[in-house]
Amino acid sequence: MTIIKHELRQNRTSFAVWTASIAFLLIVCVFLFPEMKGEMDSMGNLFASMGRFTAAFGMDRLNFGTLIGYYSIECGNILGLGGALFASLLGISALTKEEKDRTAEFLLTHPVSRMRVITEKLAAVFLQITVINLLILILSLLSIALIGEDIPFKELLLIHGAYFLLQLELACICFGISAFLRRGGAGIGMGLAAAAYFLNLVANISESARFLHWLTPFAYCEGADIIAAGKLDGGRIAVGTTLAVIGITVAYRHYVRKDIR
Amino acid sequence: MNENAIQTRNLTKYYGKTRGIEQIDLTVPRGDFFGFIGPNGAGKSTTIRTLLGLIRPTGGEAKIFGLDIINDRERILSHVGYLPSETSFYPGMRVRDVLKLSAELRGRSFRRSKQPLPRSSHGIATQPRRSDNRCEATLSPWEHDCSETARLLCERLQLDPARKVDELSLGNKKKVSIVCALQHDPDLLILDEPTSGLDPLMQREFFEILRERSAGGTTIFLSSHILSEIQHNCAHAAMIRDGRIIASGSVEDLSRTGARRVSIRGQMDYGALSSVKNLRILSDGADFLYRGDVQALLAVMANGTIRDVSINEPDLEEIFLHYYTD
Repeated sequence: MTIIKHELRQNRTSFAVWTASIAFLLIVCVFLFPEMKGEMDSMGNLFASMGRFTAAFGMDRLNFGTLIGYYSIECGNILGLGGALFASLLGISALTKEEKDRTAEFLLTHPVSRMRVITEKLAAVFLQITVINLLILILSLLSIALIGEDIPFKELLLIHGAYFLLQLELACICFGISAFLRRGGAGIGMGLAAAAYFLNLVANISESARFLHWLTPFAYCEGADIIAAGKLDGGRIAVGTTLAVIGITVAYRHYVRKDIR
Repeated sequence: MNENAIQTRNLTKYYGKTRGIEQIDLTVPRGDFFGFIGPNGAGKSTTIRTLLGLIRPTGGEAKIFGLDIINDRERILSHVGYLPSETSFYPGMRVRDVLKLSAELRGRSFRRSKQPLPRSSHGIATQPRRSDNRCEATLSPWEHDCSETARLLCERLQLDPARKVDELSLGNKKKVSIVCALQHDPDLLILDEPTSGLDPLMQREFFEILRERSAGGTTIFLSSHILSEIQHNCAHAAMIRDGRIIASGSVEDLSRTGARRVSIRGQMDYGALSSVKNLRILSDGADFLYRGDVQALLAVMANGTIRDVSINEPDLEEIFLHYYTD
């Protein structure tokens, strides 16, 4: 528990900034909805004329005039990209920051096993991702209630749940990669999150690139699919879970034997 | 428990193809004050980091208190205090927080209250009462809590626990490390270049603390490139160069090479002497290290015009520089 507590304390500023930023943008977006709703007819025509661009964001299959349609695109992108970046950075830095800041020598010369270090750091990552998602969900629900719209609980929870899984998956993959790094990997973490995001856009645009959906967790966060199906895509989530488990396994296997220079 | 605090056999570490250390054989008996001497890059830190389990040996084996450095790492570390040569702490923490974190990572407590625990005298607190088979479970609450020992150490080292570690000078950061290494009363202290950054007065206080600990039964493994430190404090020593141990034994024996530092005023034929090292010709005389036949030296001197002469035992530093490093 000592390491978890220490991790959370070390990360509190960054956690607060990320939470505030994502929540703020999300709330602003929700507050814009009443204004947008009236203009949806003309907007619908505009988007229809943009062809594949609308497909990239799944806007061809969603009704922008409903709260959930609007929310899953606008807020989904904010939560998706913001959350993915936050989770990736968290995952990639948990282990590497010790070597980058040369504190590994301090931490690992105490009688704590590497196993315990990994486990507690991973727990701290999971805990932070869980709390940020809960906070954002609560603020989002409140803001929807404030603009006087009915809360589409089921769809909203599914969408938020999907993004939660996406963040866990990215964090685990980054955690696995980080076990091999000696210096900070912030660039790798952000790159990975951005690559996953754009991979999904490409997969949405072109029929021939559709297979890319299997590679990116953003595919199972697609609002249009979730709303249409009323559930999450189990197959894609299974693939994502597998990748996450591989990430964690690799982290454990490599880090317990790693030379700390 | 095992008689030896540290024992290594053929301990070898390669970083890829780069040599770290090769076939290191070290034996440090319990309670010893052991010096580990060598120039920078010789493999001192590599040896220490291997012993502490930060890096894995490529060959050989090592035991600390009879426990294997790979398989029993955590058990070993609970008995060890380590002072790294370079110190880095987590940003934003106060000295007190670092000490508390260190204690808690050892499963010890660290009271935050200003109320001191039952007072003990200065000396006792820094000289732990120990039995050979001490384990964490048998510690009294007084021993279990590190804050009082830490407070006394901070006092002696003039370290303010309320300061932020980021704002500390190099020397003060070193002091934080020293307290971290000592506050849990370890059975074995591993010190890597401990005095770098400390001013002479602090160095003296630090070695005073070490001597007290040593008298209390703590084994001390002191790595340094400053030979006078080793000579003044250690009973035994090993010298490492290019990753290999080139000499080891008691500091007394290591100093006893038969070499003498000779200073003369006047003229003589230095060329007639073999085994002269570190010859420095001065305006009215010379100064050199001599390890050879004393008769030959006297004969050459008799043929010269000598006004004054002094022949002394060289210190370990000179011996190391001129004999062990060739």
